[in-house]
Amino acid sequence: MNRLAIARALVLAAASFLTASFALAASGPLGFDDARHLLNRTSFAAGPADIEAFAALTRERAVDRLLAGTGKPAVTPPPAWTGEPFESLRRFRGMSAEERKLAVREMVRKSVELQSWWLTEMLVTPSPLTEKMTLFWHNHFVSSQQKVRSPQLMFRQNVLLRRHALGNFGDLLHGIARDPAMVIYLDSASNRKGQPNENFAREVMELFTLGEGNYTERDIKEAARAFTGWGVDPDRGEFVFRPRAHDDGVKTVLGRTGNFDGDAVLGILLAQPQTAELVAAKLWREFVSPNPDPGEVRRIARVLRESDYELRPALRALLTSDAFYAPESRAVLIKSPVELVVGTLRQFSFTTGEPLPFVLGVAALGQNLFAPPNVKGWPGGEAWINSTTLLGRKALLDRLFRVEEMRAMVAEGGGVEPPKMAARMTEGRQRFLQALLEVQFDGAKWLSQFDGRPQQLERVVLASAPVSEPPQGTQGIELIRHLVLDPAYQLK
Amino acid sequence: MNRRDFLNAIGAGSVACLAPGAAFAQRSGAAYDRLLVLVELKGGNDGLNTVVPYADPAYAGLRPRLAVPRDQVLQLDPQTGFHPALEPLMAPWKNRELAVVQGVGYPDPNLSHFRSIDIWDTASGSNEYLTEGWLARAFAAAPAPAAFAADAVVVGGAEMGPLRGGVRAIALANPEQFLRQARYAAPAGQARNAALQHILRVEENIAQAAARLSGNRAFATPFPAHPFGNAVRTAAQLVAGEAGVAAIKIALGGFDTHSGQPARHAQLLKALAEGLDALKQALVELGRWDSALIMTYSEFGRRPRENLSNGTDHGTASVHLLLGGRVKGGLYGLPPALSRLDGNGNLPYAVDFRDVYATVLERWWGTDSARALRGRFAALDVIRS
Repeated sequence: MNRLAIARALVLAAASFLTASFALAASGPLGFDDARHLLNRTSFAAGPADIEAFAALTRERAVDRLLAGTGKPAVTPPPAWTGEPFESLRRFRGMSAEERKLAVREMVRKSVELQSWWLTEMLVTPSPLTEKMTLFWHNHFVSSQQKVRSPQLMFRQNVLLRRHALGNFGDLLHGIARDPAMVIYLDSASNRKGQPNENFAREVMELFTLGEGNYTERDIKEAARAFTGWGVDPDRGEFVFRPRAHDDGVKTVLGRTGNFDGDAVLGILLAQPQTAELVAAKLWREFVSPNPDPGEVRRIARVLRESDYELRPALRALLTSDAFYAPESRAVLIKSPVELVVGTLRQFSFTTGEPLPFVLGVAALGQNLFAPPNVKGWPGGEAWINSTTLLGRKALLDRLFRVEEMRAMVAEGGGVEPPKMAARMTEGRQRFLQALLEVQFDGAKWLSQFDGRPQQLERVVLASAPVSEPPQGTQGIELIRHLVLDPAYQLK
Repeated sequence: MNRRDFLNAIGAGSVACLAPGAAFAQRSGAAYDRLLVLVELKGGNDGLNTVVPYADPAYAGLRPRLAVPRDQVLQLDPQTGFHPALEPLMAPWKNRELAVVQGVGYPDPNLSHFRSIDIWDTASGSNEYLTEGWLARAFAAAPAPAAFAADAVVVGGAEMGPLRGGVRAIALANPEQFLRQARYAAPAGQARNAALQHILRVEENIAQAAARLSGNRAFATPFPAHPFGNAVRTAAQLVAGEAGVAAIKIALGGFDTHSGQPARHAQLLKALAEGLDALKQALVELGRWDSALIMTYSEFGRRPRENLSNGTDHGTASVHLLLGGRVKGGLYGLPPALSRLDGNGNLPYAVDFRDVYATVLERWWGTDSARALRGRFAALDVIRS
């Protein structure tokens, strides 16, 4: 353990001691509704048994339990090709049109497999918070397969994001800056002494750390010089530093002058208070509400800085705060397509085969995993919902809770058309329809959890009262269908 | 009684019959009785082989295999001519109802499909990331009349493009499917917060559009039997509806011609020209030709020098068309500067794409463009008053 790590461990111990002693003094058990709120914001959506287990815990113990399960590698085995020798980034060169077409088709197949792998992990993981935070960082440190064109590198980036998902933001920033997929995505590879490419330097300041308005164009130009020479070996897919392309002159970044390299610049960015505030505000919008409270954001940012950017103390501070549990924070966030789909499948204990229909489903609803629209990521919130996606969400939910009818339709060969994307994959059509045949929902078993307390069902399914009350006497699957098609089901 | 029956019962149809532009004129002066039809050419259309600088010797030099032979070009002027597949557009050209704007692009061009269309859709600078589409911002600043079925309708896909983030924009991936699924939208109830309010508003828009978009007019105009022809037919049906819509977006895909370009590009341009011709005829039939403006756009043009696969790679500036009964036909912008290519071998731009957008907002709809475009751009003098 190096000195830094020891210092961090001490800080962590102190932080958890402080919250623990505070907990003894302050709070009683969460109760059902607070436990539901906590789990639905930090997991994809929870069933009644999980909610009840957490209801008996204090805020602090509940949050500690969530955090304790995080930071482990994925339990789902990745596709075999992730471990095979690297497919050169130059593989397309010199190919005939026909060869190229086949190679692209192969790449598309692997990308979809990668998406399926991640969605499966989200469905089965014992630590949904780990996956939520991995997705959070995927949408912060954005790279897209559409540009990177290497499913193997996108997989490695995902592993990096998961490893640090609830670890240390500084480690993650240093890691992502030399992550091959990111180096390709933000053109660091073409950033050379004398011909700088400012793309990475700009985005690292604007989107990853400081936020707009907290740096100058000159800072970008100077920082870009520090990152010159960072590249990727196209045949091994590994980060390389090319000393001859590196500008080792003196640079001035944010008022500091020195012979900086890229890591030194990242250190300067981490030392700025705005960086911690940007991360704190983003965590707030992810977990609490669309409108960060400036005082609370400053408090969380301070926790981040004082723990040297450890993420767990910051999340602990966020998830135990009164603001998180306040009535104004309930049912105010719109579920992302992934949260809607994975949340529904988990909450209602669906069994599924290959998750292809759901991978293509979330993509059709606007969240194509490993391919955010641009470096800013998915804008989220209200932008998730337009006329097409809202109808698409409801049609998908309706179909899920008419799964028997759907299976009959598929078996008879009519009524269900796979999306165009499936048709473009080898055997995509059959695989899509086969996967639909394997979707199952045991309604009777699920509903039996609510025997004798039907009101509980509504409290589990919805984050707030339904917009339209179910007609008197609605029960069973009909009631579930009514609730999931209610506008309130789009909220968490 | 559901909402739709209710609207029919109170005669929403007759409300919608009020001249929509007039109804709105009192509020912002935007002339939304004038229709905008956007035609996206997806994949990056090769401007050089669409409107050919056939007299420039550099053209044939850069494209030994791909150059459109001089004797096949449909002449527009002594330097410039259409690809032969665009023959159906010669009638509006001769009628001086077709403006050909050459060299449309932007500074620091991005060569990624995704990023560049993002820039076009949001009217951003090359280094700026905006969430809302330029038309969404325009409608937010000057909304279409409440009696309209929607501000705008995107035909043929879920991507909202320039309408993304728009409050009253509807996507019709498939009109029958939309009408079938619209039953899921049952707007009612109190919005308890902004997120729920947004969802309820979208439900409201869906119900409204579904109630007002069930047009089924029989056209005398024949529509070409390809997907783009179907999109044109849907667009014409939307215009025929009583309730009004200010903008319609349709798309033709497949322009990413890295290989085997000649046959493929000819086929695409033929579909485009046939579709635009049918759209023109349908608008004439509806008496809307003088109150319609059709405009093409694409994420980028293609590289002047052909590649080794009988195709072209991603480029920059390209040519776009404006078409309509009130368009002042002719050539605008500047011919491609084949002797001034940039470091990637791509063309400099002559007309900023936001100048074209400013033309739509100011000269066509008579609204202010500064808010929607986040700055001042120079509208082209291309609309007859």
